[in-house]
Amino acid sequence: MVAVSSWGRLGSWEHEVHALRDRRQVPHTIRTFRPGIAYGNGRSYGDVCLNPDGHLWKTSLLDRFIDFDETTGRLVCEAGILLRDIQRLMVPRGWILPVTPGTQLVTLGGAIANDVHGKNHHVFGSFGDHVQALKLVRTDGEAIECGPAKRPDWFAATVGGLGLTGLITEVEVQLHRFQGPWLDTETVPYGNLGEFFNLADDSESGWEHTVSWIDCISGGGGGGRGLFMRGNFAQIDARPEPQSRPISMPMLPPVSLVNHLTLRPFNTAYFHLKKFRSGGAVTHYEPFLYPLDNLLEWNRMYGPHGFYQYQSVVPRAVGHDAIKAMLREIANSGSGSFLAVLKTFGNRQSVGMLSFPRPGVTLALDFPNKGEQTLRLFQRLDDIVREAGGRIYPAKDARMPRDLFQSGYPRLDEFLPYRDNGITSAMSRRLMGN
Amino acid sequence: MSSGRKKIVIIGATSAIAEQCARLWVMESAIDLVLLGRDHGKTELVAQDLRVRSPQSRISVQTTDFLDPLRIRDLSNRLVADGLPDIVLIAHGSLPDQIACQTDLALCHEAIAVNGVSPILFAEAFAGHMQQAGSGTLAIIGSVAGDRGRKSNYVYGAAKGLVARYAQGLQHRLAGTSVHVVLIEPGPTDTPMTSHLKAQGARLADVGEVARITVAGIRQGKPCIYAPAKWTMIMMIIRHLPRFVFNKLDI
Repeated sequence: MVAVSSWGRLGSWEHEVHALRDRRQVPHTIRTFRPGIAYGNGRSYGDVCLNPDGHLWKTSLLDRFIDFDETTGRLVCEAGILLRDIQRLMVPRGWILPVTPGTQLVTLGGAIANDVHGKNHHVFGSFGDHVQALKLVRTDGEAIECGPAKRPDWFAATVGGLGLTGLITEVEVQLHRFQGPWLDTETVPYGNLGEFFNLADDSESGWEHTVSWIDCISGGGGGGRGLFMRGNFAQIDARPEPQSRPISMPMLPPVSLVNHLTLRPFNTAYFHLKKFRSGGAVTHYEPFLYPLDNLLEWNRMYGPHGFYQYQSVVPRAVGHDAIKAMLREIANSGSGSFLAVLKTFGNRQSVGMLSFPRPGVTLALDFPNKGEQTLRLFQRLDDIVREAGGRIYPAKDARMPRDLFQSGYPRLDEFLPYRDNGITSAMSRRLMGN
Repeated sequence: MSSGRKKIVIIGATSAIAEQCARLWVMESAIDLVLLGRDHGKTELVAQDLRVRSPQSRISVQTTDFLDPLRIRDLSNRLVADGLPDIVLIAHGSLPDQIACQTDLALCHEAIAVNGVSPILFAEAFAGHMQQAGSGTLAIIGSVAGDRGRKSNYVYGAAKGLVARYAQGLQHRLAGTSVHVVLIEPGPTDTPMTSHLKAQGARLADVGEVARITVAGIRQGKPCIYAPAKWTMIMMIIRHLPRFVFNKLDI
């Protein structure tokens, strides 16, 4: 047994870990050691990748490329490969993954199982939109090949399927031809939510990437100052690439470094510093798209009790009011973190039955785990999300109530028949009963 | 014979460290690479991956019986006939269950054959060719386990110690030539071979890091490389501990 935790570090639990290395052996391994759940790079925040006291199938050694067609940009790989390894090999050849989340340190299989999205959702949708085919191995040994054109029901269940329909071993993904690793970027400060929505609407047609940092502590009165960041890949002459020198959070601090003493000064300083330096810049894609990837183990800064991330999406029609209400609750609680993101999703449906992205506006915030106090705040936020007809992102979740999962994901009943009965996770037991 | 391209032969190409080394080598420049394995299908998976990483490299897969001296000789002759390799990396091995080896002599025999005898046969098969040509680097993956016998893994350690002593002798033999013999001694590394150690809570080195040190050490032709470097110091201490102290340690 090995103690395993997920990115939120809310705890660590004993697991029987089985490292998968040879993709031909996967059916045998998962048939022998079940029920279990796939574990990639452990970057999901809560319990979607955990199965305490049970089997865990570690996919990170299934990291081989299988085939690449230089003319069409079709790439076939094993599912345990990190998105970073795909990017670093393919970007110099003029191809890039069309959709990546805020970190590239996730596996391909994890990106599909959580149907991740990026800053360019309004242009490229979510990760599942670019998967052409995948191979799913079931714990009874059956292998199912599916894609948008082949057994599309299995595909729709597996994209965003939280790893519960089988183990993804191979993936064919369509890369995007692009102009080079540089982006023209712009940072625009905004003073309130109204300004944010105007910026988001104005940027939708002219900008491929949009995201904003929001100051969660200033949410009281006018509500929600922040910094809107947008960028476009551009044809820019070669210049020296940033030196990637990862540094590591050297120790686990005894208390969270994010607390009521540090949060307000940090946010104020960050806002004004960035406001002072706002305007245009040329930025390499790695720091722009994955700002925290060079700070290894940054999740340690929340101290020994770990942290939660609360990410919700609410429909656009009620978005302004709902986000404002949530920010007010958060500001009143004095909790939260400087890692707070507000972003609009494009007006498009996701492939997966349980995919998170939907038209609307999404707010993501980290909270140091302060036990009951934090959970009570989440209940108040849940009420707002529920009333707005929104949903919570399972990849980030460790505690949403079952009724909110059911109301947020109306296609759940359609999904359930596709589950593999040899697969279970702490999350599936919490939200689906088994 | 291809001109200008580096030619590398990897024996035991499906071992985790070897595979990571191969990835580093093909990303440095286009090379001619021969991957030798026991299982063709498994070795082909590694080759497929490397071909995507480096479409310009020529990557071929060969299989043989790793314990048959005649076939090993034959294979090395054939490979050298196509052009003398610049680097031969001998990387295969398997960590046996020490307790089982103490009762099952067949297992004990196999562990010593696979981890000790076989690498030496491969090294010897290529050493003569390199000596004759006056060039090439022969790199063998040993283990810190070979530095001093310990109750928890001395059968494996004995085989790796055999390899270390062999490498030492070969270095002596080739000292006046331009042929380099490199012995790599990884500490416990996070590979499928050690997954049970990890389950027992051991802190294992990252295989990518071990591969980077290995590739750099081979480039420099260092006679002996510990990977990660901290094992140089740790093993120096372990080797020199007086027996009355050492025998009290539960390692």
